[in-house]
Amino acid sequence: MSEYILQMENITKKFPGVTALSNVSFKVKKGEIHALVGENGAGKSTLMNVLSGIHPYGSYEGDIIYKGTECKFKNIRDSEGMGIAIIHQELALSPFLTIAENIFIGNERAKCGIINWDETNKAAVQLMKRVGIRERYDAQVKNIGVGKQQLVEIAKALSKNCELLILDEPTAALNDEDSDHLLELLKTLNKESGMTCIMISHKLHEVIKVANSITILRDGKTIETLDNSESVSEDRIIKDMVGRELTDRFPEHTPNIGDIGFEIKDWTVHDPLNEERRIVKNANMNFRKGEIVGVYGLMGSGRTELAMSVFGKAYGSKICGTLIKEGKEITLNNIQQAISNGLAYVTEDRKTAGLVHIQDIKWNITLSNLKQITKGFVVNEDEEIIIGKEYREKFNIKSTSVFQKVGNLSGGNQQKVVLSKWIFSSPDVLILDEPTRGIDVGAKYEIYKIILQLAQEGKCVIMISSELPEILGITDRLYIMNEGRVVGEMKTSEATPEDIMSTIINSSAGR
Amino acid sequence: MSKVKEFVNRNTRQYGMIIALLIIMIFFGIITEGKIIWPRNISMLVRQNAYVLILAIGMMFCILTGGNIDLSVGSLVALVSAMSGMMTTTLGLPPWLSIIIGILTGLLAGIWQGFWIAFVKVPPFITTLAGMLVFRGLNNIILNGKTLPLSGLYVTIGTGSVPDIAPNTFRDFLHIGNLLNLQNPPKFLNGTMLIVGFVLSVIYVLFMFLSRQRKKKRGYEVAPLPMVIIKAALIFIVINIFSYWLAMDEGLPIMLILVAILFVTYSFIATKTILGRHLYAMGGNAKAAELSGVNTKKMMFLAYANMGFLSSIAAIVTAGRMMAASPNVGVNFEMDAIGSCFIGGASAYGGVGTIWGAIVGAFIMGVMNNGMSIIGLNVFLQSVAKGLVVLFAVAFDMYSKSKSRFC
Repeated sequence: MSEYILQMENITKKFPGVTALSNVSFKVKKGEIHALVGENGAGKSTLMNVLSGIHPYGSYEGDIIYKGTECKFKNIRDSEGMGIAIIHQELALSPFLTIAENIFIGNERAKCGIINWDETNKAAVQLMKRVGIRERYDAQVKNIGVGKQQLVEIAKALSKNCELLILDEPTAALNDEDSDHLLELLKTLNKESGMTCIMISHKLHEVIKVANSITILRDGKTIETLDNSESVSEDRIIKDMVGRELTDRFPEHTPNIGDIGFEIKDWTVHDPLNEERRIVKNANMNFRKGEIVGVYGLMGSGRTELAMSVFGKAYGSKICGTLIKEGKEITLNNIQQAISNGLAYVTEDRKTAGLVHIQDIKWNITLSNLKQITKGFVVNEDEEIIIGKEYREKFNIKSTSVFQKVGNLSGGNQQKVVLSKWIFSSPDVLILDEPTRGIDVGAKYEIYKIILQLAQEGKCVIMISSELPEILGITDRLYIMNEGRVVGEMKTSEATPEDIMSTIINSSAGR
Repeated sequence: MSKVKEFVNRNTRQYGMIIALLIIMIFFGIITEGKIIWPRNISMLVRQNAYVLILAIGMMFCILTGGNIDLSVGSLVALVSAMSGMMTTTLGLPPWLSIIIGILTGLLAGIWQGFWIAFVKVPPFITTLAGMLVFRGLNNIILNGKTLPLSGLYVTIGTGSVPDIAPNTFRDFLHIGNLLNLQNPPKFLNGTMLIVGFVLSVIYVLFMFLSRQRKKKRGYEVAPLPMVIIKAALIFIVINIFSYWLAMDEGLPIMLILVAILFVTYSFIATKTILGRHLYAMGGNAKAAELSGVNTKKMMFLAYANMGFLSSIAAIVTAGRMMAASPNVGVNFEMDAIGSCFIGGASAYGGVGTIWGAIVGAFIMGVMNNGMSIIGLNVFLQSVAKGLVVLFAVAFDMYSKSKSRFC
């Protein structure tokens, strides 16, 4: 038997229009903690989904060899049966059930379908002790903190006799104390019971602290695997993460920047579910007319929450701060007010919040500005067709006609419809949240052209993105957010990927 | 030619429902030996089902918001008829005033439910279930278990017809009476109905061509001319046959005028106004609609307030036809209305469905009711048949949707 518990060879996974993984090889030694790092969209989660059977055998190319045998997982049950457990970033706990019930969900201590509660609770208490949860076994999961919820997930994995534990961003939502505890626990489990761990993380200092090996993915390819026995430097990892050439993937442009058109001052937003928790902390930003301003940050940095809270309080509670447009303070209490004040927000969540999929192209384009085509009470559907055709042509929306349902378009073309919708509402301030997520390179280029054209027309364009090359390729200036704060502002022409990454990492560490 | 094909493709669903209605009519036409299309039975079809048509229009709006239904309409019909009946019978108010009070009661009940649903976010199912109990209870409190007889304006609305402006003028010139083997074929046709039907159909057809011309002039896309001619001819023929049939019976029922006005108004709202657009947007994807500036709370409120209003109209119509306000009126009305909408192509998830579809659905239910009664089918079996039709209609909808699923 080889020293590797897991070998993933030449894995290629394609989604419609996008190749998420191309020829990735990934090897994990038995009994090590192996970190998997890379930018958002580098393919880390996809790789783990392939491993755990979420993307079933047959939907990808390549081989998975686990404990010396080739595996063809059809679903997550298959991989769990082999002792592989995955803990996703969004925890899969049932909030109204107790800790004990959650630990054994889907794996109940039962005979003939009848649960043995004494056995369940006893086993739960043992597992809780092992992972260090100091709570009653019958506490409801919604009442314990996120840190402890994460531990419940680990207990759940242990209850299934897991030998290979995959953690996707385990500490993203945790505070320092909880993170430390979690990392210590991983180390202990690793030492005591020889459990192998794969950990996806953005927090490089944590990676360096606990991992034995580090594999770096970029653009769906393996860059290299580093041995962390004598500490690797963060810079080395960052360079691998971002180092790619940025040649002509972005249209040329000469910015024509005017006065400040929109300002956000002392903006603070609280979590709507937990009013104690601040999601955006005292953010200050300004945006000039004709300027494309990037907002960069890793997942959970509060970018989207900031944007949505500005857009008529579409997110958050206890929002305070000031919005200034054209030198005048404005109050936006709902989305209708935001739109009538000339704001537009292109959501990152195109699939579930961007379009009405069962309706056609022209219908979706006019939705947020129906007044424009309404006379008296009547929506002029003929005018609508003309507008639909105009945008379809202008932005090259590939479709059979404007009567095609948007649900049947490709991701890139759907995004063009969303952009058309907001451009038709003729905003002054356009917030684009991950406008090119899940879109292939060709369509990306076209979307960049649209964005540049909007800036040329003198609009304030705010572009939120977690793709560094995109931010560096298209914006004029950028803000960096981390953990709800604006931690940096730089001219794009003077910014380097290394600067940006280290700004983020320093702000995390120096907290 | 490809243009014609595209146009037909875009409208197949609408035609599918009409074809279903025709098949059901032919089916019952055969097994009742033609009785189902006797003028008397067609006239009864309209009069007996007017309440379903009215309720289905309102229910369609509720369903459009996201597959939400209103379970309270039957009880609300009972409450409104009791309230209105008490005003005129016990307190002696003139019928027109007590009818207005009845309508206000319905509107108020609708606003009440709309408030809980839209602003407190109590799920519609729960709110209207509560309404179902509350309104039925209030009806019993008002009536104290008794039945109040009604007369005058109520009965005119419920059973009356428009007076004949040209009696003894038109003979049965198409000899339909003989064709259908009627026992006592009418000597003369109802002039009002014939004239109204003819004039309306001419106006409609003219309007179709004029608006096509106007669109063309402004450079808008228009439907191909042969399609328009076929459509116009069909509509002209259908309206005139329908009015000829009613003219052979008692003429133009006042109820039909009411239903027609509601149908036109609500179709207009659904298809031509921003309000209608927002309703469909919300049902199609509530989150996207909200982020596009649709006030989803307001839409929800309006849908349920409006349902209350239309329930009150249905209540007055029903009370008039029964000539009484009684404690057990309106039982299962909500089921008829909901069933009509789903048979008529509404999606159980919202965002899909037309007023026109609800009307066709209600007629399908009505034809089945009448047909099964004429052949003397046991009422319990009738109920089984209706239930299965609703189930299969939605199952078909789900099936066709899963086949055309977008990835």
